[in-house]
Amino acid sequence: MDLTVVIGIEILYAVASLALISVGLAVVFGMMKVINLAHGEFMMMGGYATIVSVNLGINVFVAMLIIAPVVVGLIGLVVERLVIRHLYGRLVDTMLATWGLSLFFIGLATIIFGNTTTGISTPIPGVAIGNYQINGYNLFIVVVSVLLMIALYLVLGRTRLGLIARGTMQRPDMASSLGYSPERIYMATFFCGSALSGLAGAILAPLVGLVPTSGGAYIAKAFITVIAGGPSLIAGLVSSASVFGVIDQIFTFALSPVIGEVALLIAAVVLLRLLPQGITARFFRGRM
Amino acid sequence: MTFNRRQFLAAGTAMAGTGLMPRIGRAAEPIKLGSILDTSGIFDAYGKPMDRAMRLAVADLNDGGGLLDRPIEIRAYDTQSDMALYAQYAQQLTRQDQVDVVHGGILSASREAIRQTMRRSNTLYFYNVMYEGGVCDRNIFINGVTPAQQVEVLIPHAMKQSGKKVYVLAADYNYGQIMARWINKFVRDNGGEVVATDFFPLDVADFGSTIAKIQSAAPDLVVAPLVGGAHLSFFRQWAASGMKDRIPLASTTLGVGNEHKVLTAEEGDGIMVAYNYSQEIESPENDGFKAKWEAAGGNAGEINEFAISTYAGVMTWAEAVRQAGTAAHDPVVEALESGLSVDGPSGKITVDPQTHHAIADVRLMEIRDQKMQVLETLPQRQPMDTQAVCDLGANPGDNTQYEIDI
Repeated sequence: MDLTVVIGIEILYAVASLALISVGLAVVFGMMKVINLAHGEFMMMGGYATIVSVNLGINVFVAMLIIAPVVVGLIGLVVERLVIRHLYGRLVDTMLATWGLSLFFIGLATIIFGNTTTGISTPIPGVAIGNYQINGYNLFIVVVSVLLMIALYLVLGRTRLGLIARGTMQRPDMASSLGYSPERIYMATFFCGSALSGLAGAILAPLVGLVPTSGGAYIAKAFITVIAGGPSLIAGLVSSASVFGVIDQIFTFALSPVIGEVALLIAAVVLLRLLPQGITARFFRGRM
Repeated sequence: MTFNRRQFLAAGTAMAGTGLMPRIGRAAEPIKLGSILDTSGIFDAYGKPMDRAMRLAVADLNDGGGLLDRPIEIRAYDTQSDMALYAQYAQQLTRQDQVDVVHGGILSASREAIRQTMRRSNTLYFYNVMYEGGVCDRNIFINGVTPAQQVEVLIPHAMKQSGKKVYVLAADYNYGQIMARWINKFVRDNGGEVVATDFFPLDVADFGSTIAKIQSAAPDLVVAPLVGGAHLSFFRQWAASGMKDRIPLASTTLGVGNEHKVLTAEEGDGIMVAYNYSQEIESPENDGFKAKWEAAGGNAGEINEFAISTYAGVMTWAEAVRQAGTAAHDPVVEALESGLSVDGPSGKITVDPQTHHAIADVRLMEIRDQKMQVLETLPQRQPMDTQAVCDLGANPGDNTQYEIDI
């Protein structure tokens, strides 16, 4: 019985962390159609922003939830102004440019922090479930992910700002003729996407050993999740993260972590063969 | 008499030339030491301290008047963590530079990329890294400890502290696979049982489900030969789930790249390890080495096992050259095979003539306050894994890396 609960929590955690890893990319790639290959590096920088802040004596939650997203968002803003804004609508070009950016950020982080592993310890103690001990921080990640999805849904679906953003992504010419500046809306959206990537990196930082190349570990999973999710931002993210998280964890428990990763990738291939436009092109259509 | 510029230059060059001439005749031809290490790229955390140690050793020898009254000259190449460059620079070292000895190589893949080139060109080769064991080749000398040397010491101690049921978590490549087999053997030899072994690809950073699985297996001890930054997450998540005080943990890799300084004291305290070197060794040699390291512009906190092995490797080679009275290949190999030993920061290191591996002190340590505190020193442990398959005395033409059956 205890083990069932523990497995259940681990599955929830796997789903939540996939959603968290992918949410920034979902905004930048899913909404804005910018293939951001530097997504992993934005997360890496969020992690470093957290570690540096904590080492300066700032409260770890402030560092993770406020400082890291703001710092990475600002970096994203600079990137958007200097590089991305020239490339809207040019899918392949954004891929090349952001790949270059990813190499640049890895190099920069290596120069500043060195090519060694750094990290901070987890701020939440372990929790006992019957005879089992689990990482209390995993529950924190689940809570943050759920709150983030709700917040995203409310902002995009229930506020005027969200409506304008979604409208601009679909028809920039119409938004423009209604008096909104697409350029500024793109800029703001990219800022939000980067900040979300930074937040994800910051929240995962206490769980891992961070190196400048850490971003590489996230990028593939993030793209798979977003692409398999399909056109709807939140419904797509939640549905594909659920499918992959559940499959990954079940195989990890039953067999081994290697098989878990293999199963995740096979599931992605099969899913995209059956639903080339993503889950939400067939199910939950028209949802947010 | 007037000089124009051309005459001045001609005369000046001639004078400078005659000034140099006698000195070339007088100064002895230098002995050339080749070095091939990743001092940039993803493995530079290992390569940089090794490079500094190599340069320190050569500077020490040159300050003492060189070897056989000849200075030592370094030919160092940075392989940029790119295996393809190893083959290329090995050709350069053996053909163009025609060095007398090569020190270097970090990953096993890099060693295997250059070992045959060194053998064919009859260039003496030192590999100064802890590795999975089994290389049998009369042209190579290996200075790092092998799995049996570590595990033979670590497992009985860890089992005495905990109990008979052991759970193994290993990195999924040849080092981890071979290490897991050795752990299995020594657990059985000490009357215990391995309840499960899990392997992890190098990029796995999420160990939540593994930690739950370990708890349902309820072992007395967890042994973790995990490798690299992503795997460091295990130690962190293990502590975060509160398991650290419930099941003791031992590792054969944690701390080699100074990982124990990345973990906080609460996360790392109590983890058992066994290596040849710790920065906490109290000996005049180690204190002197740390002082020299700082004097050369380094930070003594970055000294690791690989750096110490490299320093000892250069010193072992130098001692053999002194005894042989020449830097030529065959006499130096014979001198090394005489069972020669040197004293370094990590104690005495002796060449095992049968395998060309190192007989070294292995220290049982426990991580405390981000330091590897030495509990016990076991002097002069034999590389018994490689000894079981390799006898260069009986079979000097051997040229294989044996997979040791356990």
